[in-house]
Amino acid sequence: MKDILTNLEQNFAVSNIEKKRDDLYFINVEKKQIISVLTYLKDYAEFTHLAFLQAVDRIEENQFQLTYMLYSFQHKTNFAVRVLIKRDNAEMISIHKLWKHAWQYQRELKEMFGINFPDSPRVDESFVLEGWEEMPPMRRDFDTLEYSTKTFYQRPGRSTNDPKKYMEKKLYKDFAKSPVIARKDG
Amino acid sequence: MNKKDINNIEKEMKLANEGLSEKERTLFSDARPSKVDPQNKYFEKFFNWARSQSLWFLGYGTGCGAIELRPLMTSRFDIFRYGIAPRPSPRQSSVFIIGGYASIKTIKRIVRSYEQMQGPKFVIALGSCTINGGMYYDSYYTINRLDHYIPVDIYVAGCMPRPEALIAGFQKLKKMIIAGKCDGMNKYAENFDWYKKNQKKIIKDWNMPDYNW
Repeated sequence: MKDILTNLEQNFAVSNIEKKRDDLYFINVEKKQIISVLTYLKDYAEFTHLAFLQAVDRIEENQFQLTYMLYSFQHKTNFAVRVLIKRDNAEMISIHKLWKHAWQYQRELKEMFGINFPDSPRVDESFVLEGWEEMPPMRRDFDTLEYSTKTFYQRPGRSTNDPKKYMEKKLYKDFAKSPVIARKDG
Repeated sequence: MNKKDINNIEKEMKLANEGLSEKERTLFSDARPSKVDPQNKYFEKFFNWARSQSLWFLGYGTGCGAIELRPLMTSRFDIFRYGIAPRPSPRQSSVFIIGGYASIKTIKRIVRSYEQMQGPKFVIALGSCTINGGMYYDSYYTINRLDHYIPVDIYVAGCMPRPEALIAGFQKLKKMIIAGKCDGMNKYAENFDWYKKNQKKIIKDWNMPDYNW
């Protein structure tokens, strides 16, 4: 595993190498180098399985963070490759030629986050949302509650509790004052 | 009334089927659902009793509540002893169990299946999601109130209701059928335009006939 990490550091512009567990590593990669890094990991370092490809909307930094999670059956190790891309007119290089099934993840990301993957097969077809006309719903500036009240019919008489206050009142009123919590020994 | 008016009224009574292409429109019916009046009082009583004794439900699980239908059908809770059986086709079934949350994509299939069922037909709505949205009340793609899209006879509250609750719901439904209170099909025919308006408000890509009987 050490060889792989040093190799990556020497040959590619990787940053933020983190070891979260014995079998879980995270690295950050430039957008341009994603194909070469993933090809190196797949063909030389035996990370042959693409477990998932997902996105996080970092709206404060105006970025999307894509995570390519790889798994190696030889090393029994997970390896996550993170890429930060711009949020406006988000576009990413398609990896469907490395892993065929990646087209499905990319299609979902196009629908849920509006990240475009040019040349990915069937990327424009709707995945779950049929006939969706609003902005991609997993973007954080999409207000789901407002959309829900506008679109669906509310039944009057619904009441909700703030879970934190409710649990404090119901369960943890005495527990919070208990010596176990005060000593902070859990 | 002159002939022109009668023609106009006849035109209005027909469904437009605007979601279909010109060619497909000839393949589907444009008739509205019609109200079915009850038979002679004593016959209707007998029919209602017979209907309540053989409830066949459509084996279509729309949400997480469908997981409760498996123990219901198999040996532990064994719904067959009440004369209730799952059917694979909407044409053969008289009860539609909506199992929990329904997304817009599913509502499209629910409406289609409900309209294809032969009358008299009953709807059991399972779980709190069908009542007021439940834990998905602020979701962008799941409906909040089912009774705005298809008529509902019985709600079984809970998240998730156990199979016993569903059996209790079936027993209540039986009593209601015998009393002649389950009139969802006629309600649907009477308020057809209202239901269609609600359905078309959320189903944006309407590419099926307006009434799929």
